[in-house]
Amino acid sequence: MEQSVFAPWLNPDEKPLIQFKGVTKRFGDFTAIDNQTLNIYAKEFYALLGPSGCGKTTMMRMLAGFEQPTSGKILINGKDMKGVAPNERAVNMMFQSYALFPHLTVWDNIAFGLRREGMKKDELAARVDEMLRLTRLAKFAKRKPHQISGGQRQRVALARSLAKAPKLLLLDEPLGALDKKLRQETQFELMDIQEKTGTTFVIVTHDQEEAMTVASRVAVMDEGRVIQVATPADIYEAPASVYVADFIGDVNIIHGSALKAGDGYDIAWFEGRAPLHYKREGDSYAPANGARVALAIRPEKVSISPEKPAGVTNAIKGKIIDIAYLGNLSTYHVELDGGQMIKAQTANTRRLSRRSFTWEDEVWVSWTDTAAVLLEG
Amino acid sequence: MRRFSLIALPYSWLVLLFLVPFVIVLKISLSDAALSIPPYAPQLDLSAGWQGISDFFGTLDFENFAWLASDDLYWKAYLSSLKIAVISTMLTLLVGYPMAYAMAKAPPEWRPALMMLVILPFSTSFLIRVYSWMGILSTEGYLNQLLLGLGLISEPLMILNTNTAVYIGVVYTYLPFMILPIYAALEKLDGSLLEAAEDLGCSRLTAFWLVTFPLSRSGMIAGCFLVFIPTLGEFVIPSLLGGSETLMIGKVLYEEFFNNRDWPVASAVAVVLLLILIIPIVLFQRNQQKEREADQ
Repeated sequence: MEQSVFAPWLNPDEKPLIQFKGVTKRFGDFTAIDNQTLNIYAKEFYALLGPSGCGKTTMMRMLAGFEQPTSGKILINGKDMKGVAPNERAVNMMFQSYALFPHLTVWDNIAFGLRREGMKKDELAARVDEMLRLTRLAKFAKRKPHQISGGQRQRVALARSLAKAPKLLLLDEPLGALDKKLRQETQFELMDIQEKTGTTFVIVTHDQEEAMTVASRVAVMDEGRVIQVATPADIYEAPASVYVADFIGDVNIIHGSALKAGDGYDIAWFEGRAPLHYKREGDSYAPANGARVALAIRPEKVSISPEKPAGVTNAIKGKIIDIAYLGNLSTYHVELDGGQMIKAQTANTRRLSRRSFTWEDEVWVSWTDTAAVLLEG
Repeated sequence: MRRFSLIALPYSWLVLLFLVPFVIVLKISLSDAALSIPPYAPQLDLSAGWQGISDFFGTLDFENFAWLASDDLYWKAYLSSLKIAVISTMLTLLVGYPMAYAMAKAPPEWRPALMMLVILPFSTSFLIRVYSWMGILSTEGYLNQLLLGLGLISEPLMILNTNTAVYIGVVYTYLPFMILPIYAALEKLDGSLLEAAEDLGCSRLTAFWLVTFPLSRSGMIAGCFLVFIPTLGEFVIPSLLGGSETLMIGKVLYEEFFNNRDWPVASAVAVVLLLILIIPIVLFQRNQQKEREADQ
């Protein structure tokens, strides 16, 4: 069965559901959002990812209508949202603290928004029950928020914000208060619900794993700017800058100067060492000879071996300083002769007792000429 | 053992300063008035041995309580006290709620100062503050002078020595007790609840009615009891600001005690007042208990 890939952002005819047009938001002297333009399409699961204070929550609050942009325009479904109050937008938000009404039962919390619409009684009951089923909360309908667990509260908050069938659902760090295991389960639940309801989700998170798991596209933000917007795979494999490469996952960065050589570049990274070779594969970044560059290599793309591997372009000798055993994976911290640290990750397919490397071992780290990404240094 | 000694302190406090005086008052209420020192009989005479004790208990009776029931002055005074207490509690709530709300909405750096302003009147004697209201409300008082000066009235208003003056006095005196619990409830209200309400389609006003108001209910209830309970037995305010029409049980009690020197009847009045007050006190405790449970 052929399934078309969901990528409306590649289709020039597709109209975006949400448009930020040169949006700037200032709080006093502080610029929270700096002249940002971006498009979010219908049915996307769009993640705003960044460290705290990067402006991601401000972006979301402007969409909800709690903040107004200082300049620029926000359009939802082609309509300018300037001056439209939060209660007049077809947008609902799931709050980080959940903001469940403590004096109302789970049922009444979910019905709250529908009652404001003046929905008919039996229609309303049917809708609330549907939401309770969707979030598997039927058993807890009569309880008050303080009588249920954190995970259940999170689902009530989700059910309440979905009840009005908004065009756009905003999720502010929705899983922040859950423990890791529950968070992972809930991520899949969220994706499931997003697919079932066909609602556009915009999620704000500082957890890159979460963003990668749930999102169709991730916008990496820093200091009020969106640095890169791409699918999780592209963000990971083809980061646009050292910042993005470093923020998403683990990465080795080797600085050096570039020299055009054959199908790519040779990167001189340390006096007296053989340069590292990098093969271009349709990347747009093409530095001039002698430019400062950074080579970014993911630890899992670095192999580690006791002897110099044959037929590999880049191999450097080093010494194991540290081993981080993570169960399924081990990360080796290898100090190269020049003092540079390289992290190499291997899957622990063997049992612990039969691992081949230990501390202070002399090893070779190597990677292929297409494993790394060349970035501006 | 440690736990026992911890709770022993408050309990012995209660026994010494509440239960013992109450038993004494109860005993006096069951005695008869007499021209003696102290002005009631019988006295417990332990030197007469068992005979004296049984004589003593034999002469105690409920005569004074029967007297309270038969003379309509007393139950009218109780009812009128209840009415005045209920009305002034409602007035205090009406005045106090907006003040507490404004305090809770004020910028955080302002709040300690506002709190100080609410508590500040306590630094002056209660009696002096009530006396100063006499200066404000009397026919030649500041209020009348101001209103006459502004030309709003042509004759001075008779406020002092009326129930209106009592209401003003009670509202003024007990306002902090209303403001503080309501403020405490409003202050801990999570602002994101209001945003959530707006997000779900409420206007600011409906968000207030559906979220803020119900969530401050426990504060309102606490405030109402804290005003109602002392107002019911209030003596100083009605006797200084009230007039002949102001019938309050605290005043009746005072008159029985000091003017008629009828200690037994005064004690009976006090015992009945206490019994009436137990109901709101128990309700108040329940409210506090519920709130504690909700907080967990």
